[in-house]
Formats: sequence, structure tokens, C-alpha cells
Amino acid sequence: MTTKRIVVISSGLSTPSSTRQLADRLSADAASILQERGIEVEVQTFELRDLAHDITNNLLLGFAPPKLEEALEAVASADGLIAVSPIFTTSYAGLFKSFIDVIDTQALTDLPVLLGATGGTPRHSLAIDYAMRPLFTYLHAVPVTTGVYAATSDWGDGGDGVRSLPDRIFRGAKEFADLVERTDRSNLVNDPFALDRPTGHLIGGLAGE
Amino acid sequence: MQFGIFTVSDITQDPTTGRTPTEAERIQATLTIAKHAEEVGLDVFALGEHHNPPFWSSSPTTTLAYIAGQTSTLQLTTSTTLITTNDPVKIAEDFAMLQHVSGGRVDLMLGRGNTGPVYPWFGKDIRQGLPLAQENYELLHRLWREDVVDWQGRFRTPLQGFTSTPRPLDDVPPFVWHGSIRTPEVAEQAASYGDGFFANHIFWPASHTQRMIALYRQRFEHHGHGTAAQAIVGLGGQVFMRKNSQDAVRDFRPYFDNAPVYGHGPSLEDFTQQTPLTVGSPQEVIDRTLGFRDYVGDYQRQLWLLDHAGLPLKTVLEQLDLLGEEVVPVLRREFAKDRPAEVPDAPTHASLVAGKYGDQAPRQATPKANRGDNLAGPSPYQDAQAVPAASAAVKTGSAFGPAATR
Repeated sequence: MTTKRIVVISSGLSTPSSTRQLADRLSADAASILQERGIEVEVQTFELRDLAHDITNNLLLGFAPPKLEEALEAVASADGLIAVSPIFTTSYAGLFKSFIDVIDTQALTDLPVLLGATGGTPRHSLAIDYAMRPLFTYLHAVPVTTGVYAATSDWGDGGDGVRSLPDRIFRGAKEFADLVERTDRSNLVNDPFALDRPTGHLIGGLAGE
Repeated sequence: MQFGIFTVSDITQDPTTGRTPTEAERIQATLTIAKHAEEVGLDVFALGEHHNPPFWSSSPTTTLAYIAGQTSTLQLTTSTTLITTNDPVKIAEDFAMLQHVSGGRVDLMLGRGNTGPVYPWFGKDIRQGLPLAQENYELLHRLWREDVVDWQGRFRTPLQGFTSTPRPLDDVPPFVWHGSIRTPEVAEQAASYGDGFFANHIFWPASHTQRMIALYRQRFEHHGHGTAAQAIVGLGGQVFMRKNSQDAVRDFRPYFDNAPVYGHGPSLEDFTQQTPLTVGSPQEVIDRTLGFRDYVGDYQRQLWLLDHAGLPLKTVLEQLDLLGEEVVPVLRREFAKDRPAEVPDAPTHASLVAGKYGDQAPRQATPKANRGDNLAGPSPYQDAQAVPAASAAVKTGSAFGPAATR
């Protein structure tokens, strides 16, 4: 039985962070759904805050320091990615986008993704759909239809009384688990330094690639 | 093994004085640096190509031709020549000329580009970078090996019955290195032609260089140019030395912290740990450089970047003195130890001529008399039939070293 590898990235800036809390809940639900189906799961979580200097250095230099390299390789070779960002000034956090910017543009192809976001009020919940989702579809990843937004009020009284945060987390986690169960992506990942095909296609220029 | 320096020709403010040299000053300084490289006993000087300020080296063969006239043993090369945006016909002509005026002291390193807009400036599409490198080099390779070329491709106007003049010195083309940081297709191109592969190495962790070189060596063997250990490998490097370590770190830090390429990024300590940059005593440079062999195998050429980031000429000349007096003699001795006999030296004009002709006299291309019929027939050269070995069927890369005798 192969183990499914889920990688979680959380770009909350405070400690403790409600973004991390949401990320942990999403990954816990996804893991237990898969485990109930008899699938082994390995979850690896990266706090982008810990990688913030490395991410900046990668932007400036063009290569990843060792700690960041480890995170990038984990994301590229995952069976599923849970990506959670706070919403700042109408969109994902700058740190979150910077991390996405240093990922190889081919590395997320066909990767199941569960999107999550946190914010002060529920009024920014569509940021998942107008900001985060296009980012991942551009990279040919596969974000599940449910994105989970947790407003501050969701953590206590005043949250959504009809569809509570745990309900939404479970729904997103289930959609995600369904995709992760089917993918064998972690067995297919390409070595960026390998020649994956002969170079004959370069003759006469690229067309329609 | 060859040791030398390379420059990217940047004109950068000296952060310790706030002064930026003029173009004229930097150009003259570079000529002085090149000459001093020979004086201190280095083997190679490599010059970059840029087409935008604050760089000055837009016309490398002009500069290298002057340096050739001022030196007598220094091998002249490029770091890099843009195979994507230069016309391969002009590269063939310019470097054949440089071969003649330098007495064969020339090779070249091909690269794809260093700034995005260089492609549109020369009418090219950056997305076609790799196909351009492939097609242009295929033409360049033929122009140096066939007296008369009929050619048609995607990216330049076709050629019918074209002869690139002058023919290469002794009808032996300059050796070619292909440079890349992390593009496996370039390693494959170098391997398939039996050419050299140069890993930039300086802005990239050792593990990446290791994997690129391993791929190149494996493909070199696959294409039948010799064993993996016989592939021709060059490495970049970057050093700053003082007699003792602390002085080196103190003196180099302001240049590091403000350098255009990595300034205001990682700390000097992190960067020296993660890349081959070595800031310290000559002994530390020796130890670090000898360590390169552990992950790329025995190699042929080591070039260092010394003169960038606004370092003044006087400092650069001091660095050259330390390299020549204290570092390179030890490296020559140490790298020679335990070096397997099958590992060739970097090809030179002399070794390529010997590999091609053995004891026979090299071909000396002599055009037919300049009459109406001088272009009639298969070749415009009187001696074209005399040397069948000049045909393109000769596998390049096996024309030197032990592989040549197989």
C-alpha cells in the first residue's frame, strides 16, 4: 500500500496563527477521511514565516537555500497540497505569493489543491475564488471547488450558524481526499535535471508547446 | 588542468568610495587585468558579452584580439558568447579570425543570454531560446567544418554555396564549451557534439552543479565520445583573498553587501556556505577548490570571477598575485595527484591539430585564383580535395586525448 503525501503550506504571520489553525484542521480532516478508507497518509506542514528570508533570497538570487529547497521539493512531489493564506488588503498575503513565485512553473501540474483563507470579516471570503483559485489553475494544479474561508467570528460565537466552519472544513477536505486518493502523482514526479525526452522537438523552433 | 579568470564586464560603483569608474577606465583596467593574468602564470582569460549598460563588453572578439596581441601564452575565451541572438555566420567568421591573429589561442563558451530584452533587441523570441541555441550551433558547427555550406533553417535566411572565411586556423575549429546553470538540454547538446560543458557554479548550490555535470558526463559517454571520465568539464568559481581570513571577510563584505547580483540578499556567511564563493586566506581557497573535484570528478578548467562588484583595479591585481603565487601552483600539484591517466587535459589548438593530423602537416586553405570560375565546382579552395579528414564526418570530441586513438 502506498502512502499518500499531503503537504500543507500556511502563510500566517502571527504565532499562534489562526491561518495555521485552519490549515491543521483541513489536513486533519483530509487525513482521517483517507485513513478511514484504509489509505496511509503522511502530512508535512510548512510555515512560510519560517522560510520568509529564504524566499526573499531566492527571489533575489534565483536559487533556493537548503531549507526552502526542501519545502519546494516536498510541494512538487506531493499527492495533494493544502494552501492556506490570510487575506491582506483584498488578496493572498505577499509572502504566500512570493512562495508560489519561486516554485517551478511545471511543478504543480495535476496537483490536487485545497484552498483555505482567513480574515477579519467574512466579507473577504470571495478572495479565495478571485485571487487564490486563478493562481493555481494558471499553474495547472487542480483546486477543489470548495475553498474554506475562516473569518475571526467563525472561531467563536457569531460564525455561520447554518454551515459551520467544521462543516465547511469537512466538505472541502472530502473533495480533496477524493482527488488525493486517485492520484499517483508522487510516483511520477520528474527530476528537473533529467532529460525527460530527446531534444529533437527543438529543431525548427517550438510551436504549440 | 587550466586555471584562469572570467569577467562579466560590469561597471559598478565602488561602495567604499562611492565612485563609479568610466567606461574607458574599466575597459583599460580589464586589459591590464588580462595581461596580468598571464604575468602571474594563469592559463585562461574569459570575457562576457552584454548589450546594455552598465556592462561594456559588446564586442568580445575585438577586445580579445587586442589582448592576444599583448600576450603570448594566455588562452582567450568567452563567458559567454550568445548563440541565440548572434548570427552564427558572424560568430564563425569572428572566431576564425581571432584564431588566426592569436595563433590559435582561442576557444569559446556558448550561452543563451543574460537579460530578457537581448532577444527582442536582436529580433528574437526568448521563448525560442533553446531551439535558437540548437539551430544556430548546428550551423556554426558546419560552417567551421565544411568549406561550402548549403543550409536552411527556421531562424535565419538560408545559405546556398556559402563559405565562411577565413577557414579556421589549420582547418581546426576552435574548441567549444557550452555554458549553463541548470538546463539539461544544454548539457545534452554539449555531450552530443563531444564539446566541453562549463557549469556556471557561482550562483548555484553545489548539488545542482553536481547533477548537471553527472548528466553531461553520462550523455558524453552515451554519444560515444569517450568515457564519462573523459568528458571536458569546466567550473566557475569566485574568490576574495587576503593573507588572513578575517581581513578578507572585512575587506570584501561591503562589496558583497552591495553587489548588483546578490547584494541586499543573503548574508556573506550564508552565501559562502551555500555556493562556491570563498572569502578567506589562500589556503582556504585551495582547500575549497580541491573539494570541487569530490562532486564533479577530475575536470579540465577552473575559472574565477575576481573583478566584479566595483572592486578597484589595484585590489583585483592583488588577487591575481595571490592566485599566481600561492594558490594555482598548489592546485596544479594537488589536482595532478591521483588523476587517472585516461582523463584528458582541456583541448588546445595544438592538441586538436595533433589529434586531427598526427605527424602530418595541417591543411592550409588556399583559395583558387580570383577569376570568374573561382566558385565553380565543389570548393573555392585549391587544396580542398587533399584533406579528406576535413569532412564533417569526423566525430568531434574524439580528436583529442586518449579517445582520439580508439
